[in-house]
Amino acid sequence: MAHITKANGIVDWLDQRLAVKKLMNVLMVEYWIPKQINFLWAMGVILTVLFTVLFVTGLLLVMYYKPDTALAFDSVNKTIMQEADYGWLWRHMHGVAASVIFLIIYIHMLTGIYYGSYKKGREMIWISGMLLFVVFSAEAFSGYMLPWGQMSYWAAQVITNLFGGVPFIGDALVIWIRGDYAVSDPTLTRFFMLHVCLLPIVIIMIIAFHFYALRIPHVNNEIAEELDFDLEAQKYKNGDTKGSKVIPFWPAFLSKDFMYICLFMIFFFYLVCFKFNFAMDPINFDPADALKTPAHIYPEWYFLWSYEVLRGFFFDIGSIKAFDIGLAAFGIAQVIFFLLPWLDRSDVVKPAHARGKFFVWFWILLVDLIVLTVYGKLPPTGINAWIGFGASVVFLALLLVVLPLITRKEKE
Amino acid sequence: MATSESRRSFIGFAFGGVATVGGVFSLVAMKKTWDPLPSVKAAGFTTVDLSGMNEGELRTIEWRKKPIFILKKDANMAKDEKRDVIVDNATYTVVIGLCTHLGCIPAYAPSEGLFKCACHGGEFDVSGKNVFGPPPRPLDIPPFKIEGTKLVLGEEGPEYQKMIAEA
Ligand code: FES
Repeated sequence: MAHITKANGIVDWLDQRLAVKKLMNVLMVEYWIPKQINFLWAMGVILTVLFTVLFVTGLLLVMYYKPDTALAFDSVNKTIMQEADYGWLWRHMHGVAASVIFLIIYIHMLTGIYYGSYKKGREMIWISGMLLFVVFSAEAFSGYMLPWGQMSYWAAQVITNLFGGVPFIGDALVIWIRGDYAVSDPTLTRFFMLHVCLLPIVIIMIIAFHFYALRIPHVNNEIAEELDFDLEAQKYKNGDTKGSKVIPFWPAFLSKDFMYICLFMIFFFYLVCFKFNFAMDPINFDPADALKTPAHIYPEWYFLWSYEVLRGFFFDIGSIKAFDIGLAAFGIAQVIFFLLPWLDRSDVVKPAHARGKFFVWFWILLVDLIVLTVYGKLPPTGINAWIGFGASVVFLALLLVVLPLITRKEKE
Repeated sequence: MATSESRRSFIGFAFGGVATVGGVFSLVAMKKTWDPLPSVKAAGFTTVDLSGMNEGELRTIEWRKKPIFILKKDANMAKDEKRDVIVDNATYTVVIGLCTHLGCIPAYAPSEGLFKCACHGGEFDVSGKNVFGPPPRPLDIPPFKIEGTKLVLGEEGPEYQKMIAEA
């Protein structure tokens, strides 16, 4: 046992037992961040804040929510919204945060792509990030179902149905996932379990892993300069704080992040107070009805691009059914970004604007994603169907064909 | 020392073996917990009396929480040997009313003689065959058994088995 002496204060008392000073050093004071990064690097901290908001508001909602098909709708729309004091606030915060977090995730991801932060040595950061994205999608979807409105119900119906496309065991798998022949009470209760228990635990574990993965190759910077972190950190510690290219996470770096968090929170509460409706589909204010489909089914905005890839292939090609092509394309869209570090054949780590063709590729990809998102919401008839088809093909081609080709060229 | 090495690896194998057996059993148990409950399975049979139906009438009933379309064909509607259900000398289309694309419920448009799915524009004819859009196959036929003028859904009668065998 370490030698314990009479403490001269609470911090010292804790330090002797838990080495808190050392812990703070490792976690914050001697965690080095490059100086040359812009506001786009604040998205990680903002995501952490948003996740915390979701977690806390979620706890408050769970106190009143009832996972039972007969009670769920009223427990949300009556008990929480009208009876519980400030229940409406938690619900709107939860709903808006769930929607906005995807906006920030996308910005975070695209920043990573733009600055090449998925490359050489940073692959695990990228992969753990993508894992987070996928689990977050499952979390969002399972939560969307809980209010048991019409859109919740049919979203669940359609998404669970997708598993029917799995060869051989598809139909049985769908029943197994639902716990019934159709989406109903057992489905609701198991999605409730996933949403409030299993998936949050998984998310927290992956967040920890994501942060850990960041500590070894360190965070990238605006000009993708390769820094010798030990050397620069030593400079800083020796008093050359100006000449050093890094600053400690705490207090120097976080103080700047706090400003971004403040700005973001003002925007967030503006949405919560005045524009909360964008995160609430009007159809979801009708209770679920298993015998009536809404005229038009679409997911929340953040899934529209992959939804459009799913339905973009609307005609059979040879003997392959349109449905299967769409499903395969959808499957590819879900996992393709995981492979980005290997689809990009070049080992140049530089921001996109210093990479010629890659820069063009990046913006075409962004525009294509926006087109997919817009058309994912429109009814898939006439010309819309063709635009959706075109954009889906462009999406797949960009990632599977164009990226490997142009980056191989770049390498030469 | 050699003996303790081999003892250690024996303990390792023994532990591995026990853990594998335990792991497999718990996976099976977990899988079964997610299966539909017996009460859910038992509620899987529904009996409908078709005797009161008019020609050209469409009836929607619920079976296993799914909508079932029962259409009594009138003289103008094309027959379909392979899919028609004959009860009491009348011809019926009996299908699960869920689009085979992504599971929306198509609406029946009697004037056009089509089931139209609003989700992605799929269309099915009066026999439930997909004639337009993304649905990959005709509407599914639920297992049925004919008892006089009644139809029992959920049970596989000889007519159903014959239909499946031919398809
Ligand atoms: S679900 Fe019917 S056409 Fe897609």
